[in-house]
Amino acid sequence: MDYMLTDTQAMIRDLARKIAQEKIKPVAAHYDETEEFAWPIMKILAESDLFGVYIPEQYGGLGGGILDMCLVTEELSRACGGIALGYAGTGLGTLPILQHGSEEQKKKYLPDIAKGKRLAAFCLTEAEAGSDAGAIKTTARKEGDKYILNGTKQWITNAGEAEIYTVIAITDKAKGIRGASAFIVEKGTKGMEFGKKEKKMGIRASATREVIFTDCEVPAANLISREGMGFIVAMKTLDTSRPGVAAQAVGIGQGALDCALDYSRTRVQFGVPISSFQAVQHMLADMGTQIEAARALAYSVARMADAGVKSMSKESAMAKLFASDVAMKVAVDAVQIMGGYGYMRDYPAEKFMRDAKITQIYEGTNQIQRNVIAANMIKETLKK
Amino acid sequence: MNIIVCIKQVPNTTDVRIDPVTNTLIRDGVESVINPFDAYAIEEAVRLKERLGGKVTVLTMGPPQAENALKEAIGLGCDEAVLVSDRKFAGSDTWATSYTLACAIKKLEDFDVILCGKQASDGDTAQVGPGISAHLDIPQVTYVKKISEINDKLAIVERMTEEGYDVVETPLPCLFTVVKEINTPRMPSLKGMMRAKAAKITKWTAADLDAEPSLLGLDGSPTRVVKIFTPEPRKGGEMISGSSSEVAKELAELLKGEVV
Repeated sequence: MDYMLTDTQAMIRDLARKIAQEKIKPVAAHYDETEEFAWPIMKILAESDLFGVYIPEQYGGLGGGILDMCLVTEELSRACGGIALGYAGTGLGTLPILQHGSEEQKKKYLPDIAKGKRLAAFCLTEAEAGSDAGAIKTTARKEGDKYILNGTKQWITNAGEAEIYTVIAITDKAKGIRGASAFIVEKGTKGMEFGKKEKKMGIRASATREVIFTDCEVPAANLISREGMGFIVAMKTLDTSRPGVAAQAVGIGQGALDCALDYSRTRVQFGVPISSFQAVQHMLADMGTQIEAARALAYSVARMADAGVKSMSKESAMAKLFASDVAMKVAVDAVQIMGGYGYMRDYPAEKFMRDAKITQIYEGTNQIQRNVIAANMIKETLKK
Repeated sequence: MNIIVCIKQVPNTTDVRIDPVTNTLIRDGVESVINPFDAYAIEEAVRLKERLGGKVTVLTMGPPQAENALKEAIGLGCDEAVLVSDRKFAGSDTWATSYTLACAIKKLEDFDVILCGKQASDGDTAQVGPGISAHLDIPQVTYVKKISEINDKLAIVERMTEEGYDVVETPLPCLFTVVKEINTPRMPSLKGMMRAKAAKITKWTAADLDAEPSLLGLDGSPTRVVKIFTPEPRKGGEMISGSSSEVAKELAELLKGEVV
């Protein structure tokens, strides 16, 4: 399908595809097995300028937007959803600075991120604040020109590997979620530590750790926006990052379909390739159609974000929900088409299936996405 | 350090087909790429520039569409590009090609190093690089796998041989042809690709070169391709079966009967 990409966007997609197919695909199984962080790949992405596609030119980026970021995330995920997350997680950690940061903060942090010199991470989730993100307990107490952070963030993507963290913490407990604020914390700040690396079902090349703050002193200049804006910063960030999760899901689904399609054309049973059986053909047709529909939705919502549409929570949730459900279904079907071979770890289909699952869970479970969608639908009827 | 890289645009070898009637390469619809060995020369040139400063000029002789290969080279870090293109160059053999490229290099500003891939993946002659150095009357080292030391006067390089490698010291300017062991070419960068899109390619025809017309193209080519053919496929061998001693005995008998 032709998405009428600009010449630059087509170039970005083609380069990301080339890197994914030539450099990531051959090592995806290795990083899945060892759970190492794929620094050599991050270096290639950095040297190719891919980290800067969504960062304005005045901060060293290429001046594109969310769609550009989605194109890269999708292509990388088509080879490995875990390695792609080093890239996409950096995007998530960067968005609060990009959208709400001061000029000084942008000048200080965005050029290094655009160059891929430093990765970023976003710290919202806590042990008792998952879907109920408003229940976070990490605090930031102002003392002079500093904030003192205390608390533990959980399951933070890129934690330990990234150098720039955007952290949501409570500055005024009495105000509830309106008392939350967003901060930039650099790796190496005294009082900031990382927990052990989590062992995961999928996206195993991605590093997931706790980020622990113990009387961690952060300069007041690192406050993003104003005190009390933390929850709004977080929600706006997630509204623009969800098309990215959708793109990751589309990539994973496409990667799974690529395997199944190749396999079906070479696997001979009853004297013919199994792709000649209508039962298999219909599965492939459904998979291809669903992925295309998910891609079309993800790109449309990314374009909304790039056009500056203010209220896009519903559409953003729809893209994430639909694409991740499609990825899971397609990956399960890819394994099914490949039968016993699909179940074996010698083939990448089962990895796509393990990687797909997280897209239904993180950045808001799909149940939460449905809540958001329905709440917005109902709100819209009331306005009429 | 001023570096010149000579490259060639070749058909992508993964999908080469031969016309069964004429026995020539079918070039229609076949994607053209930078000769894979030249990619190592480009990378080495860009690395030298990054280490020592200076400029990389990429040069090719070919049809107008060879401009794409030059743009790709700019995307990989080359600074300037020159396309030498003219109907008069058609039919050039390796002698005429290297003569033409040498004339173009003389027209460029002073250089310290010329880098070429060890050979092109279509012709496989490995003669154009050495030919250029002969026409320019500068030293050459072929099959270079490492540039160990280099300054503005000399270079020490490792030259791959069948048994190992030679360590060669040479004054500059010098021409090196490189093997794939020398480096791992980088991926293109978006900024490089954008620079490439906007880049102006210098285009020279025969008239722009200080070249002797009789030495160009088919007329200037002392060699002729008389025939290109696909070799007869080897006929299948004969399978001998049985226990190992029986097989050995029969094989010995067969060998006795042959003039080995």
